[in-house]
Amino acid sequence: MNNPDIENIIEIEGLNTWYGDRQILSDISLNVVRKEIMVIMGHSGSGKSTLLRHMIGLSKPESGSIKLLDKEITSLDRKELHKLRRRIGVAFQNGALFSSMTLQENVELPLREHTKLDQNTIRIMSRLKLELMNLSDSESLMPAELSGGMLKRAGLARAVVMDPEVLFFDEPSAGLDPATSAELDDLILQLRDAMNMTIVVVTHDLDSAFKIADRITVLDNGRQIITGSKEMIRNFPDPRIVNMLERRAMDDLVDADDYLDKLTRN
Amino acid sequence: MNTYKVHSLSTVEKRLIRLGIAGLFLFESFITSLLPPYSLKPLIKQIAFIGARSMLVIIVAGLFVGMVIALQFYDTLLRFGSISLLGSAVGLSLIRELGPVITALMVIGRAGSAMCAEIGIMRVDNQIDALECMAIDPYRYLFSPRILAGIICVPILTAIFILVGIFGGYIVGVILFGVSPGSFFQGMSDTILNRDILMCFSKSIVFGLLIVWIACDKGFNLHLDKHGAYGSEGVSRITTESVVLSSMAILFSDYLLSALIL
Repeated sequence: MNNPDIENIIEIEGLNTWYGDRQILSDISLNVVRKEIMVIMGHSGSGKSTLLRHMIGLSKPESGSIKLLDKEITSLDRKELHKLRRRIGVAFQNGALFSSMTLQENVELPLREHTKLDQNTIRIMSRLKLELMNLSDSESLMPAELSGGMLKRAGLARAVVMDPEVLFFDEPSAGLDPATSAELDDLILQLRDAMNMTIVVVTHDLDSAFKIADRITVLDNGRQIITGSKEMIRNFPDPRIVNMLERRAMDDLVDADDYLDKLTRN
Repeated sequence: MNTYKVHSLSTVEKRLIRLGIAGLFLFESFITSLLPPYSLKPLIKQIAFIGARSMLVIIVAGLFVGMVIALQFYDTLLRFGSISLLGSAVGLSLIRELGPVITALMVIGRAGSAMCAEIGIMRVDNQIDALECMAIDPYRYLFSPRILAGIICVPILTAIFILVGIFGGYIVGVILFGVSPGSFFQGMSDTILNRDILMCFSKSIVFGLLIVWIACDKGFNLHLDKHGAYGSEGVSRITTESVVLSSMAILFSDYLLSALIL
């Protein structure tokens, strides 16, 4: 499966998406190379989660091309898409674990559905991943009994149980305390180093982004401000980036008339 | 398939599109349930949920419905002096109408609403997206077993309902009012034709399909009904909608099937 010839794991070109009359993403172009950790950053509503959904084929863009592992996912049918998705792993913001199953059953599910391995092997493989995520003591708990950080780690364990080539992680640090979120960052780095995964992380957390990223893409209102290394981001003169780095609110950029109009509009 | 433009369309067009989506949903779930690989375990789990766990409700309801129609018919038939028809009146009304319809309504209340809420929550909580991302077909994993279980369970539950209903009628007619048991059962076996049984059976299969279809489609396509909230309020809204809609669909198709078969 691992084709070393493809260096660009993800290639996005001229991506546009609307929701009704509102443009969510405009003209996004970026590529993710093998074994790189690409962090997509932006404020809430900047379109970063939508971009992630496009990359994994959960929603289709109005125009533009998205190549994932050398396949144009905008034109794949369901069957081909499912085949491609066996090579990727997605960890959702809230874990998205099935509430009727224990943690272990959740992690074992992809193995059960896609492999013909026997019960013992499946158990060992799922325990390996649970151990990696520090969850081996909680394997028989139900998702409702887990804390937010544990849910995220469990979702991550399920996402990597098939040893995917690409891992997508939506908001690893949202809703977590700084210590737990630092733990998750370490796990992400570990996954890349130990399992040679290419990882795409969507986050709004500055510290986490600068800790794990090889390259960062910054989105603002659906526009791609910049894609580049950490150094490039730090030295980029755009006021939106400077504000973001200095954690200043964006409202000093708002035009006074515009603001007044917003407040008085019916 | 989740992206389609509805913003500039009229309400009628939107409804038609939504109906089309529901139709495709049924088609897809049904086709996947016919194609291999077959797995028995999820089917049995759903049969336990829709069928086995509805038994008690069905038995209690069947008993009282049988008793009350025997009571009503006894009073009516007494006025015409044709008490001997009590058995056939109870049997026919249970088999043709009350059995399939009330069983279906009970299953909607007990299993349909729960199913709709469960799948709606799975949609809201991204669990359905997670399934897709794990390359697990939600149609095969979630809906095929439910649709098959609906088609299998509702006819069986209907049969149980009718059986218990006849027993309830027997208690009231024969034990309480002293109608002779011979004429009660003889009248029943004389008047009930194969066509009545066929009507009962085909109705209950259609009802089983309708209940699961509407409940699952409402939950699965929760995100398409944009006129309300998406989160927990969305789930409560679609659950209510699915119960109302499937009850209506049952009553409407009941008339349609009766008219077709009679």
